[in-house]
Amino acid sequence: MSLQPLDYIYILSLFLFAVSLKMMSEVRSSRFGNVAAIAGMVIAVTSTYFAFPVQRTDLLTGAVVAGIVVGTPIGLKVPMTAVPQRTAMSHAFGSLAVALVGVAEYYNRAPSVDIFTMSVLSSEIILGFLTFTGSCVAFSKLQGIIPGRPLVYAGRNVSSLATLGAAAALAAYLTLNPGQEFIVPIMSMLALLFGLLLVMGIGGADMPTVIAILNSYAGISAAALGFILDNRLLIVAGALDGSSGFILAVIMSRAMNRSFANVLFGNVGVAAKARIDVEEKRVVQAYTVDDVATVLDGSRSVVIVPGYGMAVAQAQFVVKELADILQQRGADVKYAIHPVAGRMPGHMNVLLAEAGVPYDQLWEMDRINPLFAETDVAIVVGANDVTNPAARTRPDSPLYGMPVLDVEKARTVVFIKRSMAPGFSGVENELFYMDKTMMVFGDAKKVLTELVAAVNKSRQ
Amino acid sequence: MMAGAPQPDFAVNLLIFVLATLLGMELVRHVSRLLHTPLMALTNAISSVSFVAALIVMVNPRDGFILVLATVAVALAATNIISGFMITERILRMFKRRESR
Repeated sequence: MSLQPLDYIYILSLFLFAVSLKMMSEVRSSRFGNVAAIAGMVIAVTSTYFAFPVQRTDLLTGAVVAGIVVGTPIGLKVPMTAVPQRTAMSHAFGSLAVALVGVAEYYNRAPSVDIFTMSVLSSEIILGFLTFTGSCVAFSKLQGIIPGRPLVYAGRNVSSLATLGAAAALAAYLTLNPGQEFIVPIMSMLALLFGLLLVMGIGGADMPTVIAILNSYAGISAAALGFILDNRLLIVAGALDGSSGFILAVIMSRAMNRSFANVLFGNVGVAAKARIDVEEKRVVQAYTVDDVATVLDGSRSVVIVPGYGMAVAQAQFVVKELADILQQRGADVKYAIHPVAGRMPGHMNVLLAEAGVPYDQLWEMDRINPLFAETDVAIVVGANDVTNPAARTRPDSPLYGMPVLDVEKARTVVFIKRSMAPGFSGVENELFYMDKTMMVFGDAKKVLTELVAAVNKSRQ
Repeated sequence: MMAGAPQPDFAVNLLIFVLATLLGMELVRHVSRLLHTPLMALTNAISSVSFVAALIVMVNPRDGFILVLATVAVALAATNIISGFMITERILRMFKRRESR
């Protein structure tokens, strides 16, 4: 093994990539991290360009210009509420690019592909294509193009796994007979179909885990392409991306007390829905914003619990407005962030940061839970399952074992909710019926705007 | 790229992959939980260094079909690189401490 000059330049790029991840450990250094990664990318791309003279510079220029023309508005204009969709789209683009290069490389070499390269190549093509359609479905669900609820039918797992099995069988055949060029399109179609079937069956609230898993797949397929091309830059960069997605997926699934297999094949949110119909209908008392304003009048400590409902209603700015007023009165305001609140890892933090909430007010679950006992009012905005005490107290509940925010320990709990509809899990939240709970029904943004007005009025 | 020849460096590449995976897991485990969203945007841009692979395939395509595939891949990877770094910067810029308001 001999290193070319380009390899040394690649080592510099990879060093910068690793440094950039290291710098993400703290908010203070994170922007330098991004700059380091940009530097690594510029070095990698320019050095490769000079080492490999492309004859069709017209096509290369056209492709790069297309990338800039499409990528710039996405990078500059996508609203923070749409970042989960953008992330799904970027996984789709990345994995499609990798799959296309894999296919191109196959036809470049066929039929003289050794058995080992062929096995990696066919796995890479399958992984790339299934990540592509899986991410396209995730994008469509997050964007609301198709319904977010899981598409479930009899034999769903059998049919989708059979599709994957057929693709794997073709991959094995191709590995032994690399000259059978007609196999590649069929195998690719099956992989595309599997990705589609897999993510169609997964519901919106599982998206944080799904996006992280797709992130991991996109990275691993990039690393596999690196093996095929004997390109270590790609092996390491893909491994970094793949392991990052994997760690995030582990954190997300732990926060839901579910395994990957359960997220991908578990039919959650369907089986449980039948359960609530048999439960007796209990009555909750609805309160008005004026009632809440009165309670907030005497509060010294307030914890705001945001959920996906806040993102849907675009209520993060008015949440911040309310928090500012309460703080001006001397109340202490914190935000309690559950790891899976929202539609992707860290989603709530970004939305609240966008609204101007200082990040030292954002408290993660393990740190805030002991503080609920000393909290006067917990205001839950568009969250449900992540506050359900049944996760701790009722072993028969589907939520049992999931780490939740202990909001019921606060003196008063205010729920701002559109309706009594249960959360994604389909499980009723017994918090709604507690004496200390004040339910306020309506769109989060509208209710909070009225609440801000009511709080201002009660001050005068 | 030699067509069809087995790769003698596979073991080395596998070692590199394993070590890079361990490094990535260790680094990401210490990433601030506040920053998981921009982390995803960042690692996505980084793995779009597959741009380089597409570019290399553009050098010696056997036919026009392969050239088209590689060109499309270049455009997709370039889109991800540009938008990924831009959106990471935009998100990170929003995170502010209390004092700096």
